Amino acid sequence: MTDALLLHRLQFAFTATFHYLFPQLTMGLAPLIVVLKTLAIVRSETRYDEAARFWARVFGVSFTMGVVTGIPMEFQFGTNWARFSSATGGVIGQPLVMEGVFSFFLESAFLGLFLFGERRLSRWGHWWVSVAVFLGSWLSGFFIIVTDAWMQHPVAYVRLADGSFDVTSFWGLLLNPWALVQYAHTMCGALTTGAFAMAAVGAYYLLEGRAVAHARTFLRLGVVAGLLACVLQIFPTGDMHGRYMARYQPAVVAGMEGLFHTEAGAPVVLLGQPDPVTQRIDNPLAVNDALSFLIYGTTGAEVKGLDAFPKEDQPPNIPLLFFSYHIMAGLGTLFVAVMGIAALLLWRGWLFKSHWMLWILLLAAPFPFIANTAGWLTAEIGRQPWLVYGLMRTTAGSSTTVSAGNSLFTLLGFMGLYAALAILFLFLIGHEIAHGPERAMHQR
Amino acid sequence: MMETTWFWLVALMLIAYVVLDGFDLGAGVLHLLLAHTEAERQLVLRAIGPVWDGNEVWLIAGGGTLYFAFPRLYASAFSGFYLPLHIVLWLLIWRGIGIEFRMHVTSTVWRSLFDGFFSLSSLLLTVFFGAALANVLRGVPLQADGYFFEPLWTNWRVGPAPGILDWFTLIGGATALVALALHGANFMALKTSGGLNDRARRLARRLWPLLLALTAASLLATLDVRPALLDNYRAHAAALAIPALVVASLVALRVCIQRGHELGAFLSSSTFLAAMLAGAAEALYPNLLLDSGSQARHLTIFNSATGRYAMSAGLIWWSGGIVVAIAYFVFVYRMARGKLSQP
Repeated sequence: MTDALLLHRLQFAFTATFHYLFPQLTMGLAPLIVVLKTLAIVRSETRYDEAARFWARVFGVSFTMGVVTGIPMEFQFGTNWARFSSATGGVIGQPLVMEGVFSFFLESAFLGLFLFGERRLSRWGHWWVSVAVFLGSWLSGFFIIVTDAWMQHPVAYVRLADGSFDVTSFWGLLLNPWALVQYAHTMCGALTTGAFAMAAVGAYYLLEGRAVAHARTFLRLGVVAGLLACVLQIFPTGDMHGRYMARYQPAVVAGMEGLFHTEAGAPVVLLGQPDPVTQRIDNPLAVNDALSFLIYGTTGAEVKGLDAFPKEDQPPNIPLLFFSYHIMAGLGTLFVAVMGIAALLLWRGWLFKSHWMLWILLLAAPFPFIANTAGWLTAEIGRQPWLVYGLMRTTAGSSTTVSAGNSLFTLLGFMGLYAALAILFLFLIGHEIAHGPERAMHQR
Repeated sequence: MMETTWFWLVALMLIAYVVLDGFDLGAGVLHLLLAHTEAERQLVLRAIGPVWDGNEVWLIAGGGTLYFAFPRLYASAFSGFYLPLHIVLWLLIWRGIGIEFRMHVTSTVWRSLFDGFFSLSSLLLTVFFGAALANVLRGVPLQADGYFFEPLWTNWRVGPAPGILDWFTLIGGATALVALALHGANFMALKTSGGLNDRARRLARRLWPLLLALTAASLLATLDVRPALLDNYRAHAAALAIPALVVASLVALRVCIQRGHELGAFLSSSTFLAAMLAGAAEALYPNLLLDSGSQARHLTIFNSATGRYAMSAGLIWWSGGIVVAIAYFVFVYRMARGKLSQP
């Protein structure tokens, strides 16, 4: 049975990780496209319309990938996590249905109009449609965060006689404080991905010496939005998220930081390799007292280490949790540096001539995807061994009737299918970038 | 009372899914038969392009509502139908890719590949959906704890250890294939003119006798496999209006196809699909999933329902959401109304 459980976990992790590569891009691009549409009206320049059309095509390809890889997520709650679904349907079924009726219907209705209806609508009409697509995609993100936040920090529930859960307050569930903080943090992450992608495409065109006017627009918008997003990512959203975790999931924080033993004046380990056997960090590069200060505001405060928690309640995979968190936080810090320098160059009027910076912006594009993925891994590996934190263990949630052979069959199927989809996606995005924004207006 | 309300709300959402996504699935089944030239193939995709994704959302929202309202049933059925559901997921993925990515490429080879994805996945999906409904009507080997696992096929017989596919569920799959193909032909006739329109109407005419035969066969087979499904009709004579509607819509379908009344034909096939599904729901009520064994461990709306608060609060936000969703649909279908012009 353990074999099957591991395979169920791997399948969900794999399909969710692959899926989220696309929504983070669409949720990040959607507000930037609204900005481009707004500039087109305010400055009354068609250049911005062309730019919006180009990004709409990139958005369209990513959106399709997000839709087709998103459907398996909802179904897998039932197929692979039957006991979890049976117990929690009344609670987390709610945000999942709300995503369908409030956000998917909105998106599906307006995306077609957004992509193909520009000629049939007035300028303002099409602007409103782009806002509707933006709202739909961000609303969808909110309902998913509400779902995950309830698993991280269950609120507004009551346990029934058979062990299943009922909601006690509709608004209590929707406005779970954990969800609000997590949502702000996650949306900043998505905006970082979108802004880095836009800046990278601009840098690419400028380095190639084509579509220069468009390239400068992409760089300006990408760098300004990118700086804003990655600063907000750390403060206040990341900071608040960290405080919530320190308060409600102290064992997870200990695992993330690699703090095996409770200590006063706990350090922040910047680099190192946790060894769960000897219970220490190898090759540590640490800032003394920093963790105590970050959590409690004083350098001498005592921070609980993993040894303060029973073995069965500790996150089981400390090295993976440690690395996920450090990759996320390390990249997040680097993003501020990259966007800060780029913004400085932009402000001084040097950015478009600084080839070295353009190269950095171009090569930086994949890293927000990695940082967002690492962030989710931190949240979900940290949640282990719980499925619903403190209430239901992961071992108690999987489908018992699905054997290891069947779940391996479908996991392999997903891996093959998604490998093909990834190649197709890169091919089509490369195709759109090669086409360029200057020709987007002649399409269709 | 609350359980009954949610039973019919879920049924309504799934009916909306089959009627709406049904015509674009049917258009997919017939895509390669109907559309010969590149211009015609683009026409098929332009006809379903603005609406197919919204139509498919009814499946997501309906499935979600089933999860929310009857979590125990959702858990049992989705894990029990593990393999066919994964195949359905993969087919939905290929279908979405086939429809949406085609327009991003100009090469004939790539376009043919995407046409193939779209058409083959549509065809297999209709068969699986029909077989899925037949599985629910036939029953599955439920264990004492309400769970089960069904392999794709066993001995192709309706027995104590059935598979997803047996002679009975294959009839269901064939009926769904023909019904949705005809529905798709009616839609394409409605949206086009010229050669494509002629072919769509000819196909509809040819498919009708097949649909009549399969409908009769599936009804007779159902009564043979599970005669108890008639109980609700015996108890409430008013429910017989549903089978009467099935017959009436079949007749109207025939008349409209013969007279070339395109909108009438499309509305008739819509009514036929809705009545067939409503008939199945009425026959099942209050059961959600039948036990194929002799223990009668049926999962019912009462032993599978969610918590009381969730159900009553859900009614409020669900109604609000659906009203807004219907408004979107009216808007989108109005924007896309009328026949498409040939490029």
